[in-house]
Amino acid sequence: MTSFIPPSVVFIAGAFLLPFFKGKLQKFLIVLLPVLAFISMHLLPTGNSGLVEFLEYILVFNRVDRLSLVFGNVFIIMAFAGAIYSLHEKDISQIIAAFIYVGSALGAVFAGDYITLYIFWEAMAFSSVYLIAIRKTDKARGASFRYILVHLFGGMLLLAGIVIHIASTGSSEFDFIGLNGLASYLILIGFAINAAIPPLSAWLSDAYPEATVIGTVFLSAFTTKTAVYTLARAFPGTDILIWAGIIMALYGIVFAILENDMRRILSYSIINQVGFMVVGIGIGTPMALNGAVSHAFAHILYKGLLMMSAGAVLYTTGRSKCTELGGLYKSMPITLGLCLIGAASISAFPLTSGFVTKSMIADAAAHEGLITIWMLLTMASAGVFLHAGIKFPYFVFFAKDSGLRPKEPPLNMLIGMGVPAFLCIFIGIFPQSVYQILPFAVDYVPYTSYHVITQLQLLMFSGLAFFVLLKYLQRTDTITLDTDWFYRRGGQIVVNMVGTPLVHLSNSLSKTCFETIPGFLIRFGENPTAAIKIGVDTMAVWADKKMGKTPPLKKLVREKKIYPRSQIKPLSIGAGVAFILFFFIMMFLIILNII
Amino acid sequence: MKKIIEFMDRPDIRKKTRWILIAILIGLVLIDPFMEKHPVFVVERLPAFYAVYGFLSCALIVAVSKIIGKLWLQKREDYYD
Repeated sequence: MTSFIPPSVVFIAGAFLLPFFKGKLQKFLIVLLPVLAFISMHLLPTGNSGLVEFLEYILVFNRVDRLSLVFGNVFIIMAFAGAIYSLHEKDISQIIAAFIYVGSALGAVFAGDYITLYIFWEAMAFSSVYLIAIRKTDKARGASFRYILVHLFGGMLLLAGIVIHIASTGSSEFDFIGLNGLASYLILIGFAINAAIPPLSAWLSDAYPEATVIGTVFLSAFTTKTAVYTLARAFPGTDILIWAGIIMALYGIVFAILENDMRRILSYSIINQVGFMVVGIGIGTPMALNGAVSHAFAHILYKGLLMMSAGAVLYTTGRSKCTELGGLYKSMPITLGLCLIGAASISAFPLTSGFVTKSMIADAAAHEGLITIWMLLTMASAGVFLHAGIKFPYFVFFAKDSGLRPKEPPLNMLIGMGVPAFLCIFIGIFPQSVYQILPFAVDYVPYTSYHVITQLQLLMFSGLAFFVLLKYLQRTDTITLDTDWFYRRGGQIVVNMVGTPLVHLSNSLSKTCFETIPGFLIRFGENPTAAIKIGVDTMAVWADKKMGKTPPLKKLVREKKIYPRSQIKPLSIGAGVAFILFFFIMMFLIILNII
Repeated sequence: MKKIIEFMDRPDIRKKTRWILIAILIGLVLIDPFMEKHPVFVVERLPAFYAVYGFLSCALIVAVSKIIGKLWLQKREDYYD
């Protein structure tokens, strides 16, 4: 190892130190750790460092270049905001899990080889599932089980891909692979599961809304964006990702419109937003990749902010369904104000971060002449305003008055929301602050009168559509089926279809083997000669019936009735022995004859 | 803070806010012919293309969501229990 400490180690080691401190010192440490990690990250030398030999491979813990640094920066900023937001939390284990999770995400982003990447990839899954399960409701428990199973499955595919890749190329270096052969497909699917590309996306909208208040804030930032980073690293310019991203963007909107739970609306909105980034990665030009990366940067901040405001509402009211909320603006105006900054940013209003980042992706599509993609992206941009920009704040803070008058959340939560809110506006006004750290040189001017006015036209008329169609958008007490149906209901049906016949077969088999056959043998053994006689008579009766004669039925019935007492005495032992002897001699003769 | 909320809650102010928003909508359409356009695709040359496309996109999205929601995806909350 070198003398530099990777930021991932700062978070993970720091997380284990937290329980040894108490009170204010502990809170101080919680805020200090992200700051230390930020410093340690900027002390890392550019290029590969932190090399460790492992078997015949070299593990690269710090691969520092422009791409990994963008994600490292925003991850630590978000962790800092999240840490402040969580200061009121008495259950320190949540913060420990969150910090291990952040550390693992940073480890994955700075990993320069597949083995290190895989280790941190799995560490992310295990630390994040704690943030869901610790809510301790039945729903959270179920969702956390499904969450970890899906991620273990994804991890298996990734591992299989990595093993094949290393075996065939001999190199464990994590860099561009592109789509060529089985290994790359497996790795792509492994990444796609974490990026929540449908139909592999249901884990996200299933689990995130069931996590704790601070859990969802952390979850919304890291898993999907780490996957965006790995896709940008390994699969830029892969055509299939363009359409995958378009499907994500539109799918997220449709489901967010149908949903009732506010945190589930925002979860679907993550899928929608990651869709924009995946399109950018699929296009793969420097401008598109810049757009994807900068959009990830902006998205982490405003989605964190929106999840925080939803968390604040859940914290103060204990409710998360739109049908049970409404009218909160009267008593939570500060939360509303911060939430509206996030809503404006995600909708890409001018002077917010979304405006200066998202438009780069659509423009990159236009530059490549992809008119269908451009039209669909623009449609999705309008839809973002519809579901995340208006629907979420409107039904939570306005709409019909629920009569709830909760107080503002604790000060630390408001400050935690203030950090990303400030950055959303700051980036919107000074886009260069993000542009200058992007992987490629940026030649893009977001603020032209044409761009500002057309964007305002798009958004304001989408808003008009919302209020014109409001009666069709009223919330209902329903849940929305997603692809998790296949393992929540479909699994049950498969079990029933396979299990029921199998159980039936096993029951009848055991009945035959352990009841019918032994019962018959016992009954037979009571008087074998009489039993054989009954058998022969039964056959005779059957044969008589066939030939049209009158069978001696009465005799047979009487024989059965008096069995095993019968006029025919059971054979004496001597007769039995004589019979067996006779049988053996016959066998002997036959065998001799054959030989 | 409380005063601002009370001010915004007044029925006459609410009405005025609505009119201001409608005025912005109309203004955005009216300004369209006078601005310097630099479109990439032909469709962008259509008058007030973004306004019309934004509205229609949302209408389409809502319609499609509503239909597949009603017919297929939306279930009672105890569906999985």
